[in-house]
Amino acid sequence: MLFEVEDAKVAYRAPGRPPFMAVRGVSFTLGEGETLGIVGESGSGKSTLAKALTLLMPFAGGSVKFRGREISAFTRAERAAYRRQVQMVFQDAAGSLNPRMSIRAALDETLRVHHPEMDRARRGARIAELLDRAGLASAVLDQYPRELSGGQCQRASFARALAVEPSVLVADEPVSALDVSVQARILNLLRDLRRNLGIAVILVAHDLAVVRNVCDRVAVMHRGVFEESGPAADVFDSPRSDYAKSLLAAVPDVKRALAARAAAQAPTA
Amino acid sequence: MEPLLEISSLRLSFETLGCVSEPVRDVSFSVPAHGRTALVGESGCGKSLTSLAVTRLPPTDRAAAGGEVRFSGRAARVSCRAGDAALAALRGRGVSYVFQNPSGALNPVMRIGRQIVEAMPPGVPRKEAAARAVSLLERTGLPDPARAARSYPCELSGGQCQRCALAMALAAEPDLLIADEPTTALDVTTQKTVLDLIDVLARETGMAVLLITHNLGLVAGRMDDVNVMYAGAIVESGPVEEVLSRPRHPYTRGLLDAVPALDAPRDAPLRDIPGTVPPPDRWPAGCAFHPRCARAQAVCSAGAPPPATPCGARRFSCFNPVPAEAADAV
Repeated sequence: MLFEVEDAKVAYRAPGRPPFMAVRGVSFTLGEGETLGIVGESGSGKSTLAKALTLLMPFAGGSVKFRGREISAFTRAERAAYRRQVQMVFQDAAGSLNPRMSIRAALDETLRVHHPEMDRARRGARIAELLDRAGLASAVLDQYPRELSGGQCQRASFARALAVEPSVLVADEPVSALDVSVQARILNLLRDLRRNLGIAVILVAHDLAVVRNVCDRVAVMHRGVFEESGPAADVFDSPRSDYAKSLLAAVPDVKRALAARAAAQAPTA
Repeated sequence: MEPLLEISSLRLSFETLGCVSEPVRDVSFSVPAHGRTALVGESGCGKSLTSLAVTRLPPTDRAAAGGEVRFSGRAARVSCRAGDAALAALRGRGVSYVFQNPSGALNPVMRIGRQIVEAMPPGVPRKEAAARAVSLLERTGLPDPARAARSYPCELSGGQCQRCALAMALAAEPDLLIADEPTTALDVTTQKTVLDLIDVLARETGMAVLLITHNLGLVAGRMDDVNVMYAGAIVESGPVEEVLSRPRHPYTRGLLDAVPALDAPRDAPLRDIPGTVPPPDRWPAGCAFHPRCARAQAVCSAGAPPPATPCGARRFSCFNPVPAEAADAV
């Protein structure tokens, strides 16, 4: 098991106020190469959970084990190793790349930090391989984030996340700022990564159709807890909680909408 | 019946440092009074510029323009500088906008209520105006409208700000609401409430809606007519049922395929449109879509296809359209 999470809590603290529990106790497990989708509306705590899992925020309670070891008991070296194992991709791809670094420099820096044993030639070869993996042309290497489209920036951040050979990728709304055609390509990339490299994925998204397309299992998050979780097929085909039903009903699906129109017109026609 | 808004052969070209680009090359479509029309396409196809050109909002005010924009009979020729007075009359009362980024549309240092009052037509008494602002906010479904009216934009969430921006757009009692990607920044549940709200208010007030989006799912459920735009030109247009259930232009087909469907086999790769929209100064000769098109033939790169092949109420511009019978499988 990669992750065994029991009743995990995350809190935002501000001086002079009681802590705000954004994640109020969630439990799940994630095996090697599995994909878990976390869906919910804004403010449901899904991004907070993603941040805590990547150590960008501390957990406030519960037990989170990574490969059997409690995260809160990590030594310094273990934390460093964990950070390599668990990589993150954000919604704002352009914002997560350094605007003053070319794509080559950004990837090279990552490799220098995490693989100091690599020499320049090996890093160059690895960068070419990563670009190919992320589906980018080598022309982007000497370009800066502002010169790239949103989709290209998102691919570059995928390439950077893959540079350190993680076993888990935490992707927080990686496609919600992108055009539908680009979104399709990023989702295909995500699926290939899992299939070809065996990387486990935690995908945080508000669009259920997106999650349905790539994930084995889904957790529906609402007000800091999982309202419902299980195999994607069960949750999508027969949602039990009202909240999951309402989320599903809000998905703008072309076919469903056209069918509804046809049904609405049938009596008058 | 004369359409409320009629755009014919609209062209906009910009000159930057000696380079001329033409992000809008040939756009013609109309919005009927009380109608719900969509303008669809990827980023960079010229959808937003087209909508801004209706009232010559920046940056279209510095573009060299051709063609004509007629608004309920009042012609505002875009080729020459329409009088500022005529445009001022058109803005607000004639056409109101809701943009993608609500916090950018709101003044960060002014309370919401005052901003809404500012947008009202002249002659509304001050006391009544304040009350009307609150009732507008209430109609947008904000839980505590009186408090929202006293708030600054930074105190509200993205969805709440978008409702305030909508209340502001409605305050002017427009004939046409142009909603430019109004829900792209919002999550699906909020998206649904905001769009439902626009639907309800449009029905109540009789205003027409022009929705700009890249998400065909939104168009399928809510709009009457759809215009698909690629590289500065309309490539396919017609009634929503017809265009979306039997697309003829390969670009429309591609946009439809790219949306993950709720009943598609799970874990199946999505069909994307290869490549990206080229920048306006590098639009390919011939049919602009041909480098990305699976159905492209030699003729497609040689010359531009006829602007619109009429086919009932639907028009499309393509040499080798998706066959009508094969197009059925959405």
